[in-house]
Amino acid sequence: MIRIANGQGFWGDSIDAPLEQVRRGPIDYLTLDYLAEVTMSILQKQRRRDPQTGYARDFAEMIGQVLPELVRKKIRVVANAGGLNPRACVQAIRALAQEQGINVCVAAVTGDDILDRIDALTARGIEFRNMDTGARLDTIRHRVLSANAYIGAFPIAEALGRGAQIVVTGRCADAALVLGPMIHEFGWGKEDWDLLATGIVGGHAIECGAQVTGGNCQVDWDSIPAMDDIGYPILEAEADGSMVVTKHPGTGGRVSVPSVKEQLVYEIGDPRAYITPDCIADFTSVQLDQDGPDRVRFRGIKGRPATDSYKVSISYSWGFKATGWVCYTWPDAYRKARAADRILRARLERLGLRFEALRTEFLGFSACHGIAAAEPSPDLAAQLPEVVLRAGVRSADRATVERFTKEIAPLVLNTAPGVTGLGSGRPKVEDVVAYWPTLIPKQEIQPEVTL
Amino acid sequence: MKKVRLVELAHARSGDKGNMCNIGLIAREPRYYPILVEQVTAERVKRHFEGVCLGKVERYELPNLGALNFLLHDALDGGGTLSLRADPQGKTSSTALLRMEIEADL
Repeated sequence: MIRIANGQGFWGDSIDAPLEQVRRGPIDYLTLDYLAEVTMSILQKQRRRDPQTGYARDFAEMIGQVLPELVRKKIRVVANAGGLNPRACVQAIRALAQEQGINVCVAAVTGDDILDRIDALTARGIEFRNMDTGARLDTIRHRVLSANAYIGAFPIAEALGRGAQIVVTGRCADAALVLGPMIHEFGWGKEDWDLLATGIVGGHAIECGAQVTGGNCQVDWDSIPAMDDIGYPILEAEADGSMVVTKHPGTGGRVSVPSVKEQLVYEIGDPRAYITPDCIADFTSVQLDQDGPDRVRFRGIKGRPATDSYKVSISYSWGFKATGWVCYTWPDAYRKARAADRILRARLERLGLRFEALRTEFLGFSACHGIAAAEPSPDLAAQLPEVVLRAGVRSADRATVERFTKEIAPLVLNTAPGVTGLGSGRPKVEDVVAYWPTLIPKQEIQPEVTL
Repeated sequence: MKKVRLVELAHARSGDKGNMCNIGLIAREPRYYPILVEQVTAERVKRHFEGVCLGKVERYELPNLGALNFLLHDALDGGGTLSLRADPQGKTSSTALLRMEIEADL
């Protein structure tokens, strides 16, 4: 049996979680997921400014803190912290190890980055059509910032097989970080579809950190213990596909059938066909049983052959956006916010500003649930203690968005009474990076392991 | 039969994939699952999110988990980075769905 822990559900997650996973109990593997789509574009901007960057620096810092323990306890680490520059990330970790006088084998898994090959591939007939819209890439080609294929678990297993204690990847399927160690430990083959699918389901279960151990859980949320010390998830996996999700004893949170169900249905499409680079997992085959306190066992997971393409995520600059807010207070907070919304829109109209989108929301009342929340009764509307008017615009034209940002603060003096600007000042203009999901034939990608 | 809100029968989690929002709706008891299957149709969910979900709604069944998975297309104002929504990734669409009223004998 091996224990595979998750110590990071996204870049920005608890910086203590990986350390706790190492220190609070036994684990064999520590996996960390740093890459969301938005992360890749941030890394691209960093790498443009400095070619030695473009990876998750938090990861290197964390490794620096915990390296002696990793080595002493023989814990292996698999992380997609390489982002757009896995080799630079590996170099940074080697430098840290050297400073500490520790000898550790670090591997980079590369081959996902196809930014420099797009034109050559297009010339050979690969169209990179947008999977959602069917549009052709040439409509946005000149604005492309990054392009990465989601590679699978076998290169990770290869790196482990060649002796790496720390494996740093660029873009790969999130669940591959967990499946890779299983393939390496158990010798699973490329056509062991049910076993591969089991690893993918396990990876999906733990890849969002504490979201499977009681975080964001709707069932009995107010009785989940010690959320300030929430334990991150650990998979106990065996060669025959037996698998339990749990957490370190003595940590907070809760691992229950409902908490695991919520994570299994998180961000999936057709549950019968969860497509990954290594197999198609059937989420309708998963059986769950409570296997003691804070332990949930998986059974019956089925998989099917993988497809012949990799998913590719291309990011491109879209334009600009800005969002600002002001807060109206009782009495008639909601009516005041509505009035301010009308005034703001009339101002923008008067200025002749045209936006690709202009959106206003009423925080404290309907911003999240929108129309599902329905209009409040006049009574409730009159009683609401406070309502935040949140207004946002986006446009391809920076100056248009810039002009909008100067219309928010004046609302505090120029509209209904009992209002505060929330101390937030003038909104900032943000660059908007958009994503272009597409496919590439598998034979065009050669993942490479460098030790 | 009486009117109950889905929150009495189910829990849920939601998230994003581009401009699409997925909502997994899970029965709190196995006996509630057939009620969800019968009443929480794709059409009803589309109506519930009128003005929010601008595209189609697809529904998938996971009887093994007592769950339904809804895909709400064109529901996030462009999705992730483009969206001007306070909830650009549809994280709270789960609880928005749980407001829905259905008929049930509990």
